[in-house]
Amino acid sequence: MARFGMVIDTKKCVGCMDCVVACKTENDVPEAFNRDWIVQDVRGKNPDLHMEIRTERCNHCDNPPCVYCCPTGASHVHDLGGIVLVTHDLCIGCKACLASCPYDTRFIHPEGYADKCTFCVHRVEKGLDPACVSVCPTHCMYFGDLDDPNSQVSKLLTSRKNHSLIPEAGTKPQILYLV
Amino acid sequence: MNEYTTTRHNELVDPSLHIWGWEIPVYLFIGGLVAGMMIITGYFIFKGRYKDKACVCRVLPLLGMIILSAGMFTLFLDLEHKLYTWRLYLTFKVASPMSWGAWILIVVYPTMIASFLINVPEYFSKKFLWMDKISEKLQQHKYAVKNIGVVNMLLGGLLGIYTGVLLSALGARPLWNSSMLWLLFLVSGLSAASAFVHMVAKRVDERELLAKADNGFLILEIFVIALFIIGMVTSTKVHIDSALVLLSGIYAPAFWVFVLALGIVIPLIIQLLAVNHKIKHTPVAPIMVIVGGLVLRFVIVYAGQYTHWVDAGF
Ligand code: SF4
Ligand code: SF4
Repeated sequence: MARFGMVIDTKKCVGCMDCVVACKTENDVPEAFNRDWIVQDVRGKNPDLHMEIRTERCNHCDNPPCVYCCPTGASHVHDLGGIVLVTHDLCIGCKACLASCPYDTRFIHPEGYADKCTFCVHRVEKGLDPACVSVCPTHCMYFGDLDDPNSQVSKLLTSRKNHSLIPEAGTKPQILYLV
Repeated sequence: MNEYTTTRHNELVDPSLHIWGWEIPVYLFIGGLVAGMMIITGYFIFKGRYKDKACVCRVLPLLGMIILSAGMFTLFLDLEHKLYTWRLYLTFKVASPMSWGAWILIVVYPTMIASFLINVPEYFSKKFLWMDKISEKLQQHKYAVKNIGVVNMLLGGLLGIYTGVLLSALGARPLWNSSMLWLLFLVSGLSAASAFVHMVAKRVDERELLAKADNGFLILEIFVIALFIIGMVTSTKVHIDSALVLLSGIYAPAFWVFVLALGIVIPLIIQLLAVNHKIKHTPVAPIMVIVGGLVLRFVIVYAGQYTHWVDAGF
């Protein structure tokens, strides 16, 4: 079975926010809410600085606390590649999943249900890449099957140094950043 | 240096800034209070005190139902997709404390109704004769009544415990990552319930007993809070920083003054003097205990939401 994930090259990302705009358009994300966003992380001491620009979203964790804590089963793992999704008409809007996500990727949609990145599952089902991946002008994002050793994402991970976000939270995030 | 810039500096975008408002701490407090009331009721029923017309265990189930319903209403207010609330009851999710809670609440009501029917207060038994008949029949079955007492204590325990596990199961908020939270909320619930029952009890011996019990719970609560803090400050960086939010950070004034001093230590001193007959029993100490318990839930829920894993050092 496939295990979908993303590999993002932080050396190529310039923080142009095209992915953010693409997501908002593709998924009709309401005003003032984002399913993905840009982070500029600067570490070190001047002049010895290290900057990483990242596009962040739900990590579609392999050990997803948001799914475990959901009392209705609205938050669930989809059969297709382990994508973490929310069934809108099962969600009661209790916000347990918002509180359980170490990455704060979720928000309550103005219509009342919990919402977040879906890896554009409607596109992936048709064999397309998620909207953010497909519009990136620097081609810094890659989407694919992390379980398949021959996929482009797996090869990038074996050839380049990479890290995930807050691995110590134990959620096994499926988005990896090349450094 | 570590500079972190994100496009999410907007409280509408970033849910960590606005997950749970006043509704959840109020509900958690009420859950604990009613849990404590059920345990006290169960104990009195088990001990056979229900036969006494003046026993407070005759009115507690009804009061419990009213208070718990108010708590469930605040919980309902917090839900963002209210029309779908019934979805809670189409499934049972074993890993979700919230699902446990939903089902515990469902079994708590029949238990309280059964306890109420054991010896219905006159006000109702005169108006509704059928209630009186049920009471008479129930009282003939001593063991059944004792078992209702036991079930009250068990369910009260579960209700109190779940209000703490609800938070400690959410690993993303370091302040809640403590296995002491369930004990803290259970003991605080028992102490608030003792204080409440102390105020409504008619019999002097019951009031004395509950004041003494409350003193015990308050002393226990001090130890539990100390262990909770020790567990945090001897843990990882994010947990140490989370504990500091309570000890010296923005929630420190509320924690030290309202939770510890006014909510536990001062009422404990007053009640110790009262049970030793140095001063008279007044509602002052019980009210302080109850308000302290409520503030404790606010402090834990709000401070917990303030803590996170990303670059701690809040
Ligand atoms: S990033 Fe958050 S919302 Fe997404 S799967 Fe992980 S825990 Fe759940
Ligand atoms: S807000 Fe919705 S998806 Fe999230 S835990 Fe509650 S019911 Fe589940």
